[in-house]
Amino acid sequence: MDLALAPETIARWQFGVTTVYHFLFVPLTISLAAITAGLETAWVRTGKEKYFHATRFWGKLFLINIAMGVVTGIVQEFQFGMNWSDYSRFVGDVFGAPLAMEALIAFFFESTFIGLWIFGWDRLPKKLHCATIWMVALGTVLSAYFILAANSWMQHPVGYRIDPATGKAQLTDIGAVLFQNTALAQFAHTLTAAFLTGGAFVVGIASFHLWRTKRRQGAGKPVDSRTTLAMRTSLRVGLVVAVVAGLGTALSGDTLGKVMFEQQPMKMASAEALWDSQAPAPFSVFAVGDVAKGHNTVAVEIPGLLSFLAHSDFRSEVPGINNLAAAEAARYGGDAQDYLPNVPVTYWGFRWMIGFGMTSFACALAGLWLTRSRRWVAPEMRTAPDEVPRLMLTRTRELGPFLTRWGWRIGILTMGFPLIANSWGWIFTEMGRQPWVVFGLMRTADAVSPGVSTAEQLTTLIGFTLLYAALAVVEVKLLVKYAKAGPVSSERPPEKDPTLRGPSGGDGAAEDADKPLAFAY
Amino acid sequence: MHLHDVWFILIAVLWIGYFFLEGFDFGIGVLTRLLARDERERRVLINTIGPVWDGNEVWLLTAGGATFAAFPDWYATLFSGFYLPLFAILVCLIIRGVAFEYRAKRDDERWKRAWEQAIFWTSLLPAFLWGVAFANIVHGVDIDRDKEYVGGVLDLLNPHALLGGLLTLTLFTFHGAVFAALKTLGDIRQRARALAQRLGLATAVLAAAFLGWTQADTGNVRSLVALVVAVAALLGALALNRAGREGWAFICSGAVVVAAVAMLFLALYPDVMPSTLDPAWSLTVSNAASSAYTLKIMTWVAAIFTPLVLLYQSWTYWVFRKRIGVQHIPAPAHAPAPVDHEPAPVDPETAPAPADQP
Ligand code: HDD
Ligand code: HEM
Ligand code: HEM
Repeated sequence: MDLALAPETIARWQFGVTTVYHFLFVPLTISLAAITAGLETAWVRTGKEKYFHATRFWGKLFLINIAMGVVTGIVQEFQFGMNWSDYSRFVGDVFGAPLAMEALIAFFFESTFIGLWIFGWDRLPKKLHCATIWMVALGTVLSAYFILAANSWMQHPVGYRIDPATGKAQLTDIGAVLFQNTALAQFAHTLTAAFLTGGAFVVGIASFHLWRTKRRQGAGKPVDSRTTLAMRTSLRVGLVVAVVAGLGTALSGDTLGKVMFEQQPMKMASAEALWDSQAPAPFSVFAVGDVAKGHNTVAVEIPGLLSFLAHSDFRSEVPGINNLAAAEAARYGGDAQDYLPNVPVTYWGFRWMIGFGMTSFACALAGLWLTRSRRWVAPEMRTAPDEVPRLMLTRTRELGPFLTRWGWRIGILTMGFPLIANSWGWIFTEMGRQPWVVFGLMRTADAVSPGVSTAEQLTTLIGFTLLYAALAVVEVKLLVKYAKAGPVSSERPPEKDPTLRGPSGGDGAAEDADKPLAFAY
Repeated sequence: MHLHDVWFILIAVLWIGYFFLEGFDFGIGVLTRLLARDERERRVLINTIGPVWDGNEVWLLTAGGATFAAFPDWYATLFSGFYLPLFAILVCLIIRGVAFEYRAKRDDERWKRAWEQAIFWTSLLPAFLWGVAFANIVHGVDIDRDKEYVGGVLDLLNPHALLGGLLTLTLFTFHGAVFAALKTLGDIRQRARALAQRLGLATAVLAAAFLGWTQADTGNVRSLVALVVAVAALLGALALNRAGREGWAFICSGAVVVAAVAMLFLALYPDVMPSTLDPAWSLTVSNAASSAYTLKIMTWVAAIFTPLVLLYQSWTYWVFRKRIGVQHIPAPAHAPAPVDHEPAPVDPETAPAPADQP
């Protein structure tokens, strides 16, 4: 059959589309939950109104975002059975366990407490209300952990044996599956990347507001000092989160790279377009290759760096694509060509992940410096907490008007970069594993559902893609609208702390009986 | 008892939990058209399930995940076999989830009407399709020796299955009406009770037809007991609803869902997906199950976390125990106006009161 319409190809496209889409929302959910929780905690502890406004604002964006994360996640839960039934039969014994744990432990947690948080503003005492958003944040992190443990098992199967009677994988050691180094490294890297994403998101939107306020001030229009207060705090929070998480992403990425060199050398060789084994091996900055002939025609390289990345030693040997493919062919049979992943995609995916993500980190670092305050800035240049900060290059020098404009604009743009980085990171991870769906155990081509027709597959592929595209339009419009509107600065924290006993018990409750809900759909 | 029998029961419990809880969610969705007279009443209905529908839906995800872990072949055959109906259900659940969340996010009539339409249809269709799916599971479908479903989509839409779909649709709508009577105030509460009475009678007819047919088809003594319980609960629910005992009526309508789903699982056991081509090719609790080790691990996890889930979910229902009526529905202050000019700081005391009618 024409490869373009092979069931495997359609199923892969479908998985790619639905999962990449799911993962646009997931990192934001994970990080915004925790950031919102942090802001609410600050409000509960200090009682400052700016934290209240910030909590409500980021919480609203978080909710618009998580709605999409949740509904796209539902598809994830079932599509293994729909399009990959032979895969499900083969791995269910091992792979099903973390998936079921995720649902039972994490999803219930997250979805129940999010209902409490959304609707609980006037039902739960402040502290308890704040605890519910922490529960949600914990749920998102647990959810990520279990699913990544499942994915790690596909990258590096451990803790199993092949049942001689059925030829299927059988779990022998759940601890090995949940706590193998691949899972830990992947978790650390994905989680830090998620926080970089959320940090940059907060930076972008806060920059938008501050820059708008600044322009408005310049034009002599009235500005809302409460919005500025909340946004200025948010900006600093976002910058700090992005910088810390960015550092963590790089460090954990380095660890993950070393793990991958050991477990899936082919993925790393193709990420570097390193065709032949070399000692010492260079790090490729830019390359144009010829896949059919198996070499690069143009290459810009940093000598020895790849050896260092792989083994912390500038001179060690790193195996190349051609050598690895020959070795795999000798081991599993067939032609060496069959064992090549899509080299251009892995090569560029790896670079785009690092490039876009780290650009965002660099922007945040610069922003942290430019917006610093108090003793790093000369007294006459300092701004009050409800003013837009000046972008201070040195103690006494502000950026010029042109650079200031671009400074704020870059701040806004930076929020998109980690999203791109995340998507490419996953495309690299998943496509670099090909032709295996479970590394060394099962090929992707053998994993698809034999009973599902091409027409059926196309129906769902096209159906999901169109539906997702339509929802993307709705979601982006809503996010933009609410993000632009900013915090509702007329909103006041509840005057008295609600009690759990609610309006039917407690003091002076009778007049509250007909009070409108604090939040309603 | 073997561990795979325990897991059969656990998976039945997860589906029962799902249909009990999401059953009234679907019902409420359908009632937004059948019962509510205006937008405020629609909002009252939607807000009765507002804080809980998401948690209710996780019962489905857990049923799916648990089936994957405990009976991989069941998971694989079921979801690749019932491919297009499942796709339809997923599409509905996606749209429904965002509809609740996004409906009130813009102050625009057409926008709201569109999402309300969506809530109605995406509640109705899954409520129907789940019945179709379970009728087929219990009756058996064309499964070959490789455990693959070899029938077509249209084979799934046979009379028995369509009747099953009608039953779940009316049953869930009835359950939803009883729930609405329990959770609302004022005029809508009275009408919910009256509508529940009529829906309950329709449910009784359909239940007698479908459950009787299933009992004759694949039933056994245990499933007969469940059937009798279901019918008794239904009669009880009708009587209590009439008498205005809303809490007890809800317990009874819930018991109908529990007993009816339990009956299907009892009629199914020890198969999990019978083959109509050759009984030897049926998927059973033993030939579709995971290894003993996996089942043991998962039993521990379930034993620890299921009670915990029940605990905090029940607590949520307690926190939101208050009835709501139209007077509790706030004006749509949540949707910000498009801002091109910064609003001057608003003083809540002097600001004009928001319009009463959303
Ligand atoms: C903001 C996003 C972001 C940024 C800035 C980076 N990464 Fe990354 N990376 C991801 C987001 C990501 C990801 C999307 O989250 C992946 C996909 C699979 C995974 O575990 O994380 C990933 C995968 C991934 C893998 C493949 C793991 C596998 O095959 O399972 C490696 C080796 C690295 N990363 C290494 C790095 C290095 C050395 C980085 C920078 C110095 C780096 N990443 C920055
Ligand atoms: C959320 C981040 C993820 C993204 C963005 C992602 C992306 C992708 C992409 C693009 C493919 C297609 C691969 C190809 O065309 O070669 C794929 C395949 C697949 N991924 Fe992932 N994936 C993610 C996480 C996971 C996780 C956590 C799992 C397991 C639990 C998983 C399981 C699979 C499976 C079963 C396939 C199909 C087989 C294959 O083509 O390799 N993915 N994924
Ligand atoms: C392909 C494998 C995946 C499956 C089967 C899956 C499944 C799901 C499901 C069913 C939900 C909805 C939960 C609810 O209703 O509350 C969900 C949401 C979520 N998933 Fe995934 N998911 C996958 C990939 C991932 C990955 C790789 C991560 C994280 C690294 C992740 C993290 C989350 C989080 C944090 C949520 C909470 C809601 C949200 O993100 O907006 N998922 N997922």
